[in-house]
Amino acid sequence: MIENLPFLMVALFIAIGLYAVLFKTNLIKIVMGISIIESAVNLFLIAGGYIKGGIAPIYTSAPEGESMVLPTPQALTLTAIVIGLATTALLLSFVVLIYRHYGTVDSRKIRGLRE
Amino acid sequence: MNLEGPMTKIVRVFSNAVFAFALIFGFYVVLHGHLTPGGGFQGGAIMASAVALLLIAYGADRIGKGLKKGTLSSMESLGLLGFILLAIAGIASAMNVVFGNFLLDNSLGIFSEVPPTGVNPGYLNTAGTLPWMSLFVGLEVLAGLSLIVFNMAGGLPKEVKSSRGGEVK
Amino acid sequence: MNKTIVFVAYVVFVAFLFSVAVGLRDFGEPVFDSMDQYFLNHGQSETGANNIVTSVVFDYRGFDTLGEATVLFAAVSGVFIVYRRLKK
Repeated sequence: MIENLPFLMVALFIAIGLYAVLFKTNLIKIVMGISIIESAVNLFLIAGGYIKGGIAPIYTSAPEGESMVLPTPQALTLTAIVIGLATTALLLSFVVLIYRHYGTVDSRKIRGLRE
Repeated sequence: MNLEGPMTKIVRVFSNAVFAFALIFGFYVVLHGHLTPGGGFQGGAIMASAVALLLIAYGADRIGKGLKKGTLSSMESLGLLGFILLAIAGIASAMNVVFGNFLLDNSLGIFSEVPPTGVNPGYLNTAGTLPWMSLFVGLEVLAGLSLIVFNMAGGLPKEVKSSRGGEVK
Repeated sequence: MNKTIVFVAYVVFVAFLFSVAVGLRDFGEPVFDSMDQYFLNHGQSETGANNIVTSVVFDYRGFDTLGEATVLFAAVSGVFIVYRRLKK
C-alpha cells in the first residue's frame, strides 16, 4: 500500500477540496476548494505516466542508458493548468460582482433568485 | 499602513532589480523551449509574475500612466493571430497538413537544422516552427495574465453603494 | 436533516475514493505506452526538437494548444466585461 502513495495523496486532496465546497458558507472558501480539486486532478494525470527508474523525456545532456518517462500526460497537464487558472479568475470576478450587489459574501444571505 | 498607494522605498528599490532579472530569465525560458524544460506557457507566466511584482510595489495608479491597457490588449491579439497564421501556413507549403513543420529542412528560415539522434548538447539552430510558436504563445500569456492582475488591482471604486439600498463601506 | 444526508453521502464517497486508490495498478507500470514509445523514438528526426514534451505540445498535438490559447483569450475578455460593469 505504501508504494501507491501518490494515488493516496490524490484521494486525500479530493476529500479536502470536497469538504471545503460542501460545508463552508463563505464564497471565497468555496472557490479555494474548487482550486484544490483541480490541483489534485493534475497530480493524478502526471502520476499515471511514470515508469519506474525513468528520467525526464529530454535529450539534451541526458545520462546514458536510462528509460524515459511518458511525455503525453505532461503535455495535457499543461493545458489543464492554464484552463484551471482561467476558471479561477472568472469565479473570483463574479464573487466581486456579488459583493457589489448584495453587500456580503455569506452564501446563506444571497437569496435573490428564490424570491 | 497604506494599502492603496506605493510601498516604502526599500521595497521599490529591490523590486526594480528583481523585475529586470525576472524579465530576462522568462525570455530565456521561452526562447530555449525546444532544448530545456520550459516553452511558451511557462516563460510567459514568469514574465507576468515580474509585471505583477512591479504592480504591487508601485500601486495601480502610477503604473496605469505608463503601461496602458490598450497596448497590452494589442499584444495579446497579436500573439494569438500569429499562432493561428503559423498553423494555417503549414497547408500552403510543401506538407499538406495543418501544423506542418515547414521550416525544418529549408535554407530560408533561421531555425532549420535537424539535431543528431540520441544524447547531445543542445543546438539552438534546430526545430523549425517550434521556437516561433513558443514566442507568440509567450507574448499572449504575458499580456493576458498582466491584464487580469491589472484589472483586479483597479478594484472597487471608492464609494460602493449597494444596489439593494444602503451603503457597503 | 438536510445536513446529515449530505454528511453521510460525503463519508460514503470518500471511502469509495480511498478503496479505489489502494487497489489501482502499481505506481510505475502504465498500461498503454506504444504511442509514447513512437514519440520518444521518432520525435527528434521528425520535428527536430530535443525536448519531446514541447514537440508533443506544439507539433503532434497542436490543436489542443490552439484550444487552450483560445480559452485563455476568452477568460481575459470575461474579466474585462465584469470590471467594466463595476466601474459605472
